[in-house]
Amino acid sequence: MITRHLASLSDTGSRIFLAVLALLALYVAVGNLLVPEGSAFHVPPHVVALIGKYLCFAILAVALDLVWGYCGILSLGHAAFFALGGYAMGMYLMRQIGSRGVYGDPVLPDFMVFLNWQELPWFWHGFDYFAFALLMVVLVPGVLAFCFGWLTFRSRVTGVYLSIISQAMTYALLLAFFRNEMGFGGNNGLTDFKDILGFDIQAAGTRVALFLATVLLLALTYVVARMMVTSTYGKVITAVRDAESRARFLGYRVENYKLLAFVVSACMAGLAGALYVPQVGIINPSEFQPANSIEAVVWVAVGGRGTLTGAALGAVTINFLKTTFTTGALAPYWLFVLGGTFILSTLFLPKGMVGTAAELWHRYRPGKAKPSSSGAVPQAAE
Amino acid sequence: MHRASRYIAGLVSAGLVSFLIALGTYSATSAAQEASLDQAIELLAARSYARTVEAVEVIATSGVDHAPALLTALTKRRVYLSKDGATAVYRTGRNYFDLRTGEPLKGRPDGVKGARVNNRIRGEIKAALGTLQLRAKDPAKRLSAAEEVMHNKDTSVLPALEKVIAKERDATVKQTLIETRAALIIADAKSTKADKLDAITILEARGKQDALVALRPALQDSDAEVAAAAGSAVKSVEAWLAMAENFQNVWYGLSLGSVLLLAAIGLAITFGVMGVINMAHGEMVMLGAYTTFVVQEMFRTYLPEAFDLSLPVAIPLAFLVAGAVGIAIERGVIRYLYGRPLETLLATWGISLILQQAVRTVFGPTNREVGAPSYMSGGFEFLGLAITYNRLWIIVFTLVVFACLLLVLRYSALGLQMRAVTQNRRMAASMGIRTGYVDAMTFGLGSGIAGIAGVALSQIDNVSPNLGQNYIIDSFMVVVFGGVGSLWGTFVSAMALGVTNKFLEPWAGAVLAKIMILVLLILFIQKRPRGLFALKGRAVEA
Repeated sequence: MITRHLASLSDTGSRIFLAVLALLALYVAVGNLLVPEGSAFHVPPHVVALIGKYLCFAILAVALDLVWGYCGILSLGHAAFFALGGYAMGMYLMRQIGSRGVYGDPVLPDFMVFLNWQELPWFWHGFDYFAFALLMVVLVPGVLAFCFGWLTFRSRVTGVYLSIISQAMTYALLLAFFRNEMGFGGNNGLTDFKDILGFDIQAAGTRVALFLATVLLLALTYVVARMMVTSTYGKVITAVRDAESRARFLGYRVENYKLLAFVVSACMAGLAGALYVPQVGIINPSEFQPANSIEAVVWVAVGGRGTLTGAALGAVTINFLKTTFTTGALAPYWLFVLGGTFILSTLFLPKGMVGTAAELWHRYRPGKAKPSSSGAVPQAAE
Repeated sequence: MHRASRYIAGLVSAGLVSFLIALGTYSATSAAQEASLDQAIELLAARSYARTVEAVEVIATSGVDHAPALLTALTKRRVYLSKDGATAVYRTGRNYFDLRTGEPLKGRPDGVKGARVNNRIRGEIKAALGTLQLRAKDPAKRLSAAEEVMHNKDTSVLPALEKVIAKERDATVKQTLIETRAALIIADAKSTKADKLDAITILEARGKQDALVALRPALQDSDAEVAAAAGSAVKSVEAWLAMAENFQNVWYGLSLGSVLLLAAIGLAITFGVMGVINMAHGEMVMLGAYTTFVVQEMFRTYLPEAFDLSLPVAIPLAFLVAGAVGIAIERGVIRYLYGRPLETLLATWGISLILQQAVRTVFGPTNREVGAPSYMSGGFEFLGLAITYNRLWIIVFTLVVFACLLLVLRYSALGLQMRAVTQNRRMAASMGIRTGYVDAMTFGLGSGIAGIAGVALSQIDNVSPNLGQNYIIDSFMVVVFGGVGSLWGTFVSAMALGVTNKFLEPWAGAVLAKIMILVLLILFIQKRPRGLFALKGRAVEA
């Protein structure tokens, strides 16, 4: 059983992906902690945080690729799952501040003191325990995804309708989290974190540890997603993607298959958000913006829909471009580049970077005639 | 830079014209006013108390702007006249002003003596000051002054009020004054029972919040009959007010609904006919709004006197601009993506980003000033509803656009072809309809209507590069709720969402109301995945 599952990781793509991740982890950790500052190989702390951020986005992209690339659900709600996970972690970090806040209140976070709240709202209880917060990081997005998916998949809301109402859900959450009365810091969100698990969040060691956790989680996410899509279950969801009605007529409970993929994907997104927040140092309602969800979809599209590795690659590439463009004289042109990428990748690279590369690879290696078909995006089914 | 200077020049010239017009009207009225002030000076120069009382009356009814300052000066003996009355000044603080014109003077002129006043005159002046605004030239000012008096319940004004009522010519103002008198009669302990009963009837007919406030004291009246009459009057006013609030909500809801309809109707066409999700739809609205801005700028520069025509000119231009961009998008990008709706969503989102950034680069990131023509500003009151002209015009405009669109779809050749393609694309193609051409035209039509919507929205919203983003999610909600491909569905859903929103707002707050609407919509879609008015078909997957 286990060997069969491990066999799903024996393809070239997985090997390269996991190897690159391992090398990256090693290089960043050693380069930041052991190589002296003057050296050309030194990795400065802000770069550690930056790459960590990219990898969090890569986890989100892999999660999204699982539902969109393999199951055909174009969810525009993944930014919401990501942000909910982030908020759960943010709440834990807020509770860790204790009496070191500006107002010095031992129980209430600063913004609650500012709003004249007398006691901690009920939903903040328990977040001083890391294990509880970690549970919530997975549970809150998972339960929301379950409720949303259970309703929508059962009533056979598909395609663009699903995209639009998942976007509406994200938008509703955005509006809700902007309200001060919700008790999540309103417009400003949660910030000024001090400790995580008793370690100083600014310390180099903690930063590298968080980075390594992110790498580990990305690898884990990839392995889980890869096992899902190469199993029998994966064959069924691919069938659902390509011809939902046909799969239903063959006797599969399509809604249950979709629901599992959706919930697992939402939990992954929540975990990505939870690692994102301590590395970035802030979480606020703008993470819920519908634009963020769409951007995440573009990472997947650019990297290669239905390839998993491509999703991660796309996330890192686009965000690297974003950092390059938005810091400097080119800032006004970033939206042109991003918009152009959206258009060009959908028009000319329907299989994305990885998909196209794999196709070329197979075409020019006559020894292996048959291109891998599991990831290829088919024509729309009738 | 050049554009900015032209813009400023336009503003300055427009301002100059209006200033000259104002100057003309000012000199016409001030001639009559100065005549009445000459009479006042004559009366004051007589230096008798009886004449001074008359002078107070003359000044109070003259309607000049400095009358309050003048009368206040008079109570403090700060009005100075020469013996023959040729020089007449008054003092406020340390500054001297000409009595006739109210213009400031360098210092105290020679040979003038202070006018004398006694306590009777002071009493007259006090009463006159209270009702001064009631005698203003402008009926609107008199109206607001009457409401102010009703609010203050200063019963000492009552005698002066009687005089004002007798003189008032404007029917609306007179009615308000009579109602004001009624409110004062109730507040006055000395009023007779018959007067009070009359007053209660008058206030009941007024049926406003202030009438309710004025009626409340009568509930505790010592006379049982008065108290009972007041009780029933309060009840009827309250019932009327509750109904008026509902009307108000419906009105605001229809107004919001028509904005939603305008924004969504173009989307309904493109989404309905082509099954294409156009995320750049909001940017078409934005382009329409910016077209309006450019047209207005032209008018300000070259034809400031015809500024009111800028909107009628902007409407067809906005249609053309947005329509042309729409056709370009369809021919350039979307037609390669038919049958791949999710990819279309992404590509059009990319287009929307580019359009936003392009507009930001050309026009700058800040809000642009779009003016309201004279017929769009102001408002009127109807059955207790405050109705502003811009809202009214937008509702009318929306209905006209909607009707035109229905006619185009029903009676034009393009409309026929569009309906054919919507119902069965392949069959339509087999019948010789050029579906590619129909698609391009449909997309152009939908985008053009979005552009028209932009003209209307520029009147009620900020014209900024983000304008479209604010409407896109709402527009999608309207279309999905109404049922894709059904214009009437879009109409019903826009109005329903608008009205529901406005009824939720008073007790839930604007943001929570919006959240509730979104959640309700998500739940509604579960029940009817194809919206309120779904097109019937036999396909397994629409």
